[in-house]
Order: sequence, then C-alpha cells, then structure tokens
Amino acid sequence: MALVKYLKSSDLKSWLAELAQKNSVFAPRYEGDSVIFAPFDPEQEIFIKNAATAPPKKTVFPQSEKLVDFKYSKDPEDLSRILIDAKENLPEGTAIVFGGRPCDVRGFTMFDRVYMSEEATDIYYKTRRDNTSFITLACDSTENTCFCNWVNSSPSDPTGSDVLAIPVGDGLLLKAVSDRGESLLTSKLLSDGESRIGEGEKVCKEAAESLSQVQDLSNAPQKLLEVFDSIEFWEDVSAKCLSCGACTYLCPTCYCFNITDETKGLQASRIRSWDNCMSALFTMEASGHNPRPTKAHRLKNRVGHKFSYYPDLHDGVISCCGCGRCIKSCPAGVDIREIVLKAIEFEPTVVEG
Amino acid sequence: MKFQNELKDSIRKALPELDVVIGWCGSFDRLHATPHFIRREEDIEKLEIGPLSVHNLATYLPGLRGKKVGIVVKGCDSRSVIELLQEKLIDREDITIFGFPCTGVVDQAKIKKALGYVGNVESCDMSDKSMVLVIDGQTHLLNFSEIKAEKCYSCKYPDAIISDHFVGDKIGNGDSTDANYEALETFEKLPVSERFGYWLKELDRCIRCYACRNACPLCVCRDHCAAESREPHWLSQENNVRDKLMFQVIHAYHLAGRCTECGECQRACPVDIPVLMLKQKMNKEVRDIFKYEAGVDPEETPPLLSFKMEEENITEKDW
Ligand code: SF4
Ligand code: SF4
Ligand code: SF4
Ligand code: SF4
Ligand code: SF4
Repeated sequence: MALVKYLKSSDLKSWLAELAQKNSVFAPRYEGDSVIFAPFDPEQEIFIKNAATAPPKKTVFPQSEKLVDFKYSKDPEDLSRILIDAKENLPEGTAIVFGGRPCDVRGFTMFDRVYMSEEATDIYYKTRRDNTSFITLACDSTENTCFCNWVNSSPSDPTGSDVLAIPVGDGLLLKAVSDRGESLLTSKLLSDGESRIGEGEKVCKEAAESLSQVQDLSNAPQKLLEVFDSIEFWEDVSAKCLSCGACTYLCPTCYCFNITDETKGLQASRIRSWDNCMSALFTMEASGHNPRPTKAHRLKNRVGHKFSYYPDLHDGVISCCGCGRCIKSCPAGVDIREIVLKAIEFEPTVVEG
Repeated sequence: MKFQNELKDSIRKALPELDVVIGWCGSFDRLHATPHFIRREEDIEKLEIGPLSVHNLATYLPGLRGKKVGIVVKGCDSRSVIELLQEKLIDREDITIFGFPCTGVVDQAKIKKALGYVGNVESCDMSDKSMVLVIDGQTHLLNFSEIKAEKCYSCKYPDAIISDHFVGDKIGNGDSTDANYEALETFEKLPVSERFGYWLKELDRCIRCYACRNACPLCVCRDHCAAESREPHWLSQENNVRDKLMFQVIHAYHLAGRCTECGECQRACPVDIPVLMLKQKMNKEVRDIFKYEAGVDPEETPPLLSFKMEEENITEKDW
C-alpha cells in the first residue's frame, strides 16, 4: 500500500516552505489576471482552484536557456588563430513543482520519449527532469475545454507524478506515486490519510464524470494521414488561425525549439528557446523556401504531429494530454478536438475518370 | 440579436458573388464565439452576432487580398477596415462590408475575474443589461456593464462607419466623446521608476507568442517582423524581460497614429498583459500633436505616413 497522508489547507504554505529549504519550489499563482507557475513565495497566495493559464512546462523545459557560454580570444602564440573558450551551463539543484494538473505532468512523459530515448539523450532536459519532482493536484472540477478522458487519461491520472494531491474536505489527500514521492511525505505537518481514501476516490470519480463523453480516437493516426494531401480540408480548418504561438507555447507537450547564438562583442551564448510550428518562420530554410508555406500546412503539422506521427513512432501514444489550453487560449477559437473529429469523418471526394 | 436574420438574408444575397463572408458563430461553449468563414449557403445558418462577437475580423483581410471577401463589422472593426484602405493594404472593390448597430461586446478576462474561474458552462443567456450563466449547475448573474470591454464604454462609432449593407437602425454617437484616456493619464502621473517597474513585472510572464502582433489588423509585416529578424538584430532570444518590453515598444511605435484601439492585441494575449495601454499612449500623443484620429476617413492619410514641410503643432523654428 502506497503511503497516504493528509495536509490541512492552512498548512499548505508551511509545508511548501519546508520543502523549499532544500529545493526550488514552483507553485501556481496569479500574476495580473493569469495564473502562472512561479518560485514559491510565502507572501503570495497559491492558486489551486483549477488548471493554471500556463502549464509548468518551463520548469523542465525553459522558454529560453543558455546551453553554452563562450568567449573568443586571440591565441597569444599565433595571433592569426582565434581561440574559443566554451563553458557548458548544466542546470543545477533540485526542484519541486507543486500544483501541476495530471494533464500537465503527464505531458512530460511525451517529452521523455523524445529527449531521453535510447538513441539520444538531451543532457539539459534529462538533468532537470531527473532533478524535478511533481506534486500534482488532481482536478476536482473540470472545464468545457478539458478532454483528458479522450486521450487515455483522467482528472486524477498519476502518470509522471511523484505525489498525487486530491482536494478532500478542507485539505489535500497526498498519495505517494513514486519512491521519490514517499520521501517528500515525511513532514510533521502531515497526518495519516488512510481514513480519507474513500472520500478522495469520490472526488476523483465525480470529476471524471463531469467531463464530456469520450470520443474514439483510435483511427485518428490513419485518418490524419489520409487527409494529409487535402489542402482544402486544411485551409478550411485553419481559416481563422492567426499563426501565433499561443497554442504551442501553452501546450504541455509541444517541445520544438530553436537554437541561436547571441553574441555581444567577444562574448556569446548558445541559446535554446521555444519554437513553434504555427509560426510563419518555422521550417523557413536559408534559401527562402519553406516546405510549410501557409497556415494550413502549419496547423496540419500541429494536429498531425500530436494525433498521428507521434503515435505512429511511440506505441500509439497520442502526444496531446487533453488539457484544452490551445482551445481556451486561442485568440481565434481554433478547437483541436473539432479538427481531429473532422479528420476522422473525412471522406475523400472521388474524382471520376 | 434582433437583426440577425436580416443580416443572414443580406449575406445570402451577396454570397454568390463572393469567395467568403467572415462573421462569427458559436464556439466550444455558449460563452464563446469564434470567427466563422461562410463559403456555402448552408454555412449562413450558424452565423451569430452579439456581445460575444469580440474578434476584429478585419485582421483576416490583408491575408485574403485578391479574393472577393465579405466581412461583418462592428463599429470599431470598421475603423480597422478604413485604416487598411487608407494604407492600400486591401482593395475597396474586393471587399463587401456588412454593418450592424453594435451595443458592445464582453471582455472575457472580466468574466473570468468576476467568476474566479469559469468551469463547465452549461448555458449563457444574454439580454441588453445582463448575462445569466449556468455553470456546473449553479446560476450566475453578471451585469453587462461590469463585463463590457473597456473600449465600449466610450465608443464613438457603434455603427460601422463604412458599409455596403447595414442592417438594423443606427444607434448614432449618443453622448460619447473622444477616447477615454483616464486610466492612462493616472498611470502617467506615477514616477518613471514605478512605471518602468510595472512593465517589467507585467511583461515578465510574456511567452513571446506574438498573439498580440498577429491578432492586430494593422500589424501587416508578420513574417518579416522586427521581432524575429536576425539582421538587423533588434531582439535576442534570451529570456529577458527587456527584450519583451522592447517588442512592445516596437509594436506601439509602428502603430502610432494607425492604431484604432480595437484592443485585439490585449484580448489575444493568452497571459493577459495589458499591452493596449502602450498603444493608447502613442495615440494620445498623435491626437494632441496632429489632431488626428485613426480609421475614420478613408480619404485621409495617417500623419506618420505623410510628410509636411511645416507641421502646425510642431514648432521647431521657435526653439
Ligand atoms: S490555433 Fe489559435 S493559438 Fe494557435 S496559432 Fe492559430 S490562432 Fe494562434
Ligand atoms: S494540443 Fe492542446 S489540448 Fe492537447 S496538450 Fe497541447 S494544449 Fe493541451
Ligand atoms: S467599441 Fe463600439 S463598436 Fe466596438 S464593440 Fe464596443 S460598442 Fe461595439
Ligand atoms: S495595436 Fe492593438 S488596439 Fe491597436 S490596432 Fe493593433 S490590435 Fe488594435
Ligand atoms: S500576446 Fe502576450 S504573451 Fe504573447 S507576445 Fe504578446 S504580450 Fe507576450
């Protein structure tokens, strides 16, 4: 039986403060009218009512990170030679992310297959991933945009988490999911949670029932390939798209990046920053050619990648965790669910002759 | 809305001559609308106009140049169309404009704030004065005056200024005056350090998605934007709030005297950064110096797109 503890809401900040003694702790809070993950600050209220505006993606995969710093200098022995002194910037320290949602945290498992595969490991990603623990909040209420249940998950899915926290009564039922999770549940502020397990299960069940009816997406990979060459289909579904980066940058599973060198005199840094397939510059080649010249091509990539190409490479796993942010935060109301369902219903028009 | 059917009839008549008509329709729940591209007769039925018709559809026009496009506009949206015409970014003969008397749109950010969190919307009924939402079985009553977009409080042009087909009765200017810069003026009185601190704090959460830019009907450089240019290298890719602010400054400067204050930049921002204020500041200056208001007269040239040997209100010779 996994370790189960209970934390009173009034002790939440004290508990996080304890955890923050040895780790960087991130928690969701209001900044302006949005909820984002920020370093825990006991002076500020933690927001745990529903999913944050932006997921905690940046805690493991920063918006922008300096991979390597380097300096140019002349070789004193041979002034025609330029020396480069490079220093790798590996992330340091351990972190705990409190308050991600099951969809948010499960998102990292989609990253893992790409950044920590047998063929190649991204050392920057891996270092942070290994050093970050997740205390995930199960959802006790859902929104119209949530569809984790369509993609083999649920509002209390512990996949990728170390501790699952379920809102019960005036507190949180904390269930250890991993060994690392157990080691996070040693505080004296926590009491035994066994007696509340039933209550916790009820909360999870009710949240799951409040979601929309599950749609069968099993033939989505195949259907999206069939519709690949129908430019009319993609022009139609992308007509209202503005080619911004809101959907991808807020997506817990979008992992594309760009590498640039930022040079200031003789000092420079090699930077990795988020990139996104909806941008007009994505896959723009130096010649000026772009294999994805229109927003129709680009939206096709976003939907196809998540619901077809990724599952084809990764045991059928859909690389969308159903968080709904791309729908809720899209300034033009593009709904990825609608597009996938349309693709599933797509019947190619047969041209006679 | 009352004249929705009249509008549909009007579109039905015009559609055979047009490639597409852009309006709005329902979205993922009853509290949201989404742009609707009408290409076939059967698409017309879904059209809905009203307080949820927040998107400024003029944004799509430059991208559809060369096509015959119909567009449904609120009063404020029509100003963007005029500005695009002034700048010759669209062709009048290719555009068919459908206007209606606008009584204001909602600000989703205000609704979110009023409710704390939105949740599973089951129904949403709107009257002139209020909105009744049923969310997870609970009923919420919101006064329209509390959730209206800021721009609508001081709207000077609720009826499309330019249109080929206007449905419903015009509302007229009423008692509205010039743009309301009260909040901006209060902000301007703060010491520089506080103002700067404000922007550093607000922009810290910017994810550099450029939704603010792409939703703007008058940001027409898009894939040649200074934000992403490597040469010249205006902005770095570092996670640096000054770079983020720099982009907002670039946007505001490029929109000075062109911006119609439609508010799309701010509405589009997924992390609710109040970027409109920067543009209002530029517009206020343009108003004071050039006595000019953007997007009102298709025959005018925006002051920063023209050159006069002697400016009336810039008295450099007297220095
Ligand atoms: S789908 Fe929406 S959020 Fe994504 S690029 Fe298009 S307009 Fe932006
Ligand atoms: S594609 Fe959309 S719904 Fe799916 S994980 Fe990304 S943001 Fe969430
Ligand atoms: S500013 Fe005027 S025209 Fe625009 S939405 Fe508000 S009331 Fe309507
Ligand atoms: S800058 Fe903002 S308010 Fe001005 S025209 Fe562009 S989107 Fe509208
Ligand atoms: S829309 Fe908001 S988050 Fe995106 S670039 Fe503009 S200010 Fe930044």
